[in-house]
Amino acid sequence: MDIFVQQLINGLVLGSIYALVALGYTMVYGILELINFAHGEVTMIGAMVSVAVMTALIAAVPGMPALLIVLAGLLLAIPACMLLGYGIERVAYRPLRRAPRLAPLITAIGLSIVLQNLAMLIWGRRYIAFPPVISREPHQFLGASISDLQIVIVLLSLIIMAGLAFLVQRTRLGRAMRATAQSREVAELMGVNVNTVISATFVIGSALAAIAGFMVSAYYGLAHYYMGFMLGLKAFAAAVLGGIGNIPGAMLGGLLLGVIEALGAGYVGDLTGGFLGSHYQDVFAFMVLILVLVLRPSGLLGERVAARA
Amino acid sequence: MVARLLTPLNRYFRARPWLAFALLAVFLAVLPFIVGAGFGRGWVRVLDFVLLYIILAIGLNIVVGYAGLLDLGYIAFYALGAYLFAWLGSPHFGLHLPFWVILPLGALLAGLFGVLLGAPTLRLRGDYLAIVTLGFGEIIRIFLNNLNAPVNITNGPQGINLIDPIRLGDFSLGSTQAVFGITLYSPYLYYYLFLAFTLATVFIAMRLQDSRIGRAWAAIREDEVAAAAMGVNTRNVKLLAFAMGAMFGGVAGGLFASFQGFISPESFHLLESIMILCMIVLGGMGHIPGVILGAVLLTVLPEALRHLGDWQRAWLGEVVVDPSDLRMLLFGFALVLMMIYRPAGLIPSRQRKRELAAEDGVAEQEQASLYDTRA
Repeated sequence: MDIFVQQLINGLVLGSIYALVALGYTMVYGILELINFAHGEVTMIGAMVSVAVMTALIAAVPGMPALLIVLAGLLLAIPACMLLGYGIERVAYRPLRRAPRLAPLITAIGLSIVLQNLAMLIWGRRYIAFPPVISREPHQFLGASISDLQIVIVLLSLIIMAGLAFLVQRTRLGRAMRATAQSREVAELMGVNVNTVISATFVIGSALAAIAGFMVSAYYGLAHYYMGFMLGLKAFAAAVLGGIGNIPGAMLGGLLLGVIEALGAGYVGDLTGGFLGSHYQDVFAFMVLILVLVLRPSGLLGERVAARA
Repeated sequence: MVARLLTPLNRYFRARPWLAFALLAVFLAVLPFIVGAGFGRGWVRVLDFVLLYIILAIGLNIVVGYAGLLDLGYIAFYALGAYLFAWLGSPHFGLHLPFWVILPLGALLAGLFGVLLGAPTLRLRGDYLAIVTLGFGEIIRIFLNNLNAPVNITNGPQGINLIDPIRLGDFSLGSTQAVFGITLYSPYLYYYLFLAFTLATVFIAMRLQDSRIGRAWAAIREDEVAAAAMGVNTRNVKLLAFAMGAMFGGVAGGLFASFQGFISPESFHLLESIMILCMIVLGGMGHIPGVILGAVLLTVLPEALRHLGDWQRAWLGEVVVDPSDLRMLLFGFALVLMMIYRPAGLIPSRQRKRELAAEDGVAEQEQASLYDTRA
């Protein structure tokens, strides 16, 4: 039972990070029907920039309050990623809007290779430690331990998701986004500037990715030029699980995937008599992905897309 | 300009196909000696890898180019073929079966897994299929990486060592041999073996394309509903594409394992799948000369970019950036630029060229339907 509660908490924490990244995938897919393969790398850049800024600040200004350092790291990483997201759309996707469908997939892969290697050139091949600015002191809760950091991650992502829901449902930009998602041509006829909407989608998604990148490096205490790849794939799996193109779906999918993964890793050893261990954690995301696509391709909350499947 | 020079040449050889074939045969036969003398013996190894990648690219082209099923986990079949060769021909399990037993078994195993992957994903198209196959490839790699405890099957991240070279009787391709008085080092010997497999692959793929099955694949790629209405058994034909493509991957994997003598899960990373896909797309999807060109370019280019360090020293006086860091960066840029300026590939097939050159609206519509997930 202790393991269960503990893994549930771990899963929820990880899941809320997945959800933030998954939102970026799902928003872009909803509007362009395109898998933004470079999105995981945006997350990685967010993590790298924030860690680098914080490390530099700690060295430059000794005795600076931890909260200020964290804020500085986040506030620099978010615009950096927004700019990057805007650039990715302009360079890799906009020229290819009328090209065969495989073309943007390949440019996205090319861009992720470029971003990974740029990060490797700038920050090196080694793991970079997250500076010790956030308390990891665990609290006891129902026989499981939970740290301040974990609580902050979950709360912050819930707030951000609520903010995004408000943006999409209640603002002018959100309405334009929904209209563009339904039909780009008709939205254009109604006076929506489709290009601006698409850029805004990429920029918002990248801002979420920056925050997620910060969170994931704080959670594991590490940042690495290759971290975006697996995170991106899992977040994509989460988006598919919830129903790609569906914003509440991405949130639900992220949380569920995190929990499935944590519980799976916690129990796989017992279930298989020790044959498979917790290092098979990464397999669960893909298993879930394959099962969902085979049994319910539209995802949990997605509309039926029979013709598409 | 180049085209004007080439046209009469082209016409000349078209009238004398036997001459073209003879010249090509001589060229391919002496190629390793030219490369070995001109660039050093290390490049003969690169040449061997070029041939392996041609086999892989043509195998994947059956799935992606012919049948239009986007597969991002293709390297898993390569891995299965390689690991089967390692299991049956190395001290790891103490088995040393001959290669002519293992290679067909490898093809069979890969084909079986191709069907296993294909069966549940039959209903998916486009991006969805890409992601599922990608997940499949990663699952296989994670298992290879971790199946060393409690029963040591794959030896984990260390990989399997001392894999048997290909051997017929006493004639081993793994050591230097004298043939007709010519001393041939191991990479040269493997070159001729791989060349034979590559030519067979090219031949099979070409014949397949024009066969009844090949036409069924093209029909499914262009419009699945229409193909089904015309009496194509879409389920079986798609499974066949997966199995056929996978078998080429399995054979190539076995060849790779024996050539290299050592395999580890690192060789079967997702990036490899992507590389092979890029070869097809860069060269010209569904078109065998294009696929071969893509495989040659993308195998040679990263190797050539290793010399970036020398060039930097020559031009700038010192090595500013580590070449191994830089080459993947340049490779990524090349992919992006290529797709923006030549989305149909370097040598697109005649059909695709026609589509791109056709009246704008029609071309757009056809392109959209080619890889569209919406019916």
